[in-house]
Amino acid sequence: MNKNNLVLYSGILIFGLAAPFLFPAFKVQLSILCVLIVLATTWNIQGGEMGYNSFGNILFYGLGMYLCASVQVGMFFPLAEWTESGGEKTFVHTPTQFFQGMAVGLVVAAIVPTIVAGLIGYSILGLRGHYFAICTLGLGVAAGEISGGIEIIGAGQGFTTPPFPDVGSLEARGEFFYFLSFFTLILTFIAVRSIYSTRFKLILNAIRDNEDKAEAMGIETMKYKIIGWMISAFFCGLAGGIMGGLVGYIDSTDVAFDGREMGVFMVLMAILGGKGTLWGPIIGATIFHIFKEGFWTFFLGWQYVALGVLIVVIVIYFPEGIMGWLREKYPERFGEVIDEKDRKAQVELK
Amino acid sequence: MDFLVFQYPMITVQACLDGILLGVLFALIAYGMALQWGVMNIINIAQGDLVILGGYIAYFMYLYGIHPAWGVIVAPVIMYFVGIAIYKLVINKVVDRDLFISILATFGISILFMQLMNFAFGADVVLANSGYGTTMLFDSNVVLPNSKIFSAFISILFAACLVIYMKKSKLGRAIRATAQNARAAKILGVDTEKVYAATFGINAALCGVAGALISITFTIHPYMGLPYTIRSFMIVIVAGLGNLPGVAMSGMGLGVFEEFADYILGTEFRIGSVFLLLVLILVYRRFKLSRKREYLK
Repeated sequence: MNKNNLVLYSGILIFGLAAPFLFPAFKVQLSILCVLIVLATTWNIQGGEMGYNSFGNILFYGLGMYLCASVQVGMFFPLAEWTESGGEKTFVHTPTQFFQGMAVGLVVAAIVPTIVAGLIGYSILGLRGHYFAICTLGLGVAAGEISGGIEIIGAGQGFTTPPFPDVGSLEARGEFFYFLSFFTLILTFIAVRSIYSTRFKLILNAIRDNEDKAEAMGIETMKYKIIGWMISAFFCGLAGGIMGGLVGYIDSTDVAFDGREMGVFMVLMAILGGKGTLWGPIIGATIFHIFKEGFWTFFLGWQYVALGVLIVVIVIYFPEGIMGWLREKYPERFGEVIDEKDRKAQVELK
Repeated sequence: MDFLVFQYPMITVQACLDGILLGVLFALIAYGMALQWGVMNIINIAQGDLVILGGYIAYFMYLYGIHPAWGVIVAPVIMYFVGIAIYKLVINKVVDRDLFISILATFGISILFMQLMNFAFGADVVLANSGYGTTMLFDSNVVLPNSKIFSAFISILFAACLVIYMKKSKLGRAIRATAQNARAAKILGVDTEKVYAATFGINAALCGVAGALISITFTIHPYMGLPYTIRSFMIVIVAGLGNLPGVAMSGMGLGVFEEFADYILGTEFRIGSVFLLLVLILVYRRFKLSRKREYLK
């Protein structure tokens, strides 16, 4: 880590810690931004680095959301009665119960999707290219449809997550969820950054570039693919658990397994920022979130139209993303050595 | 859970017949998908939304007092131009790119269409009433709406016409040549750009026919597109590209499967079971191929 990086990281850290007090009105938005960055960064592990473009990470996100809320309720109250009573607060969590439930819930929400990813990984990750993409798309939608039919987690009416307990301050809820998501973001960043500096990342890149050759070189590709997907699932589940508490209400197809929104957002954010880079998804998610909130507020109702157009435009005209564009423009900054003669020759050719 | 289907055999007959009539419609949509997949190597996620759009054309004819069955002729004509427009605006820029790019681009089109239809036509579940009545079979134990029989008949008619057209006409030959080898076709003087546009247009027109029939037989809703895409994708991967009898058979098989899933698991799991079946089929194929150390291409 050189000096510039240290300044950058500490700057971001200080900004992140001070943000809820500087912009108290935007606390919820900032928390959502953190969750979005987590989702985009972890999508990038298997989408960008491994070359397995998944629409199905929403499965782990939704699973984490339902698990966290169910554990939080189920630890203290009967789950079936809770969902039956809907939004009416028949049962009230005391602060201790709430935080205990949240802590256990988040652990479960992170671990179970990881195990699920490991279990289905062997069968699903044997598919390649567009078959993998469509299969995961089907997986996400199927999960949404099926969870919409299960009574105990609220079926079609949805599931109200435990309301934040009264701890004396009105600002406490926003601050709690902001710091929760911000620390998850830091955890994700550190994890992803350390992964990217190991041999593991090179193996993932080898799988992306040519899987058959990677296998011929003696790499057990399936093992690494599953591990890559499990890492994604871990953080997706965690992000889902936080988001469930933040939104306060879980619906099977509109909030949890929302392939039409969140499932596409994570792909789009990673592509917008630049697939296969560390900072790309972070930049992409930030820009996307600002754009989205602006559009969602000023053109209410037209947001999906804008989203559709945005997807088409980004995909057609901007498939390399912002980092890809920067890389083309300033290759020296990315550690690529450019031969001056070669560059001149190319300019002349143009 | 309802096991009535095992105790009462007539329900089985009913489900089979319903499923076959439904499956013919699925096969028609899947045929369009197989066509453009084979020719342009594009998987169109917006396929189902084109179907729904075709359905709304028939529905609006019904609203304005024209019999919705005429939608079968009007919808494909309109949809052909819609298809050409989509091709010119978006698809021709992604044709020779990475497959994921085209999937994502058509996903964007799908979301766009979904929402535009939601604005234009409202979020209600609608159907165009054809007033065809019903047919009773086996002592009134099996009830078949005539509209379903009509739609299956029209689907077969359109599919047959298209097959003959692809075999005999000049454009059909050009399309088949491009599907076999686009570069060679180009060298031999086929304007592949035009062929691509026509293929996409024909696909959209087929979706239009299917949509008009669906609006007569079942119901349509702006957000119901994606299941049709998934169904047609599933039918195509089961049958294989360029295998027409296979498409028809697997279409009917899927229809029967859905009817039984509906009876046994309940209607709320119907769509879920379709998506789950897709996953299971892909996983089954993957394990079968991996024994030979191959993978789905």
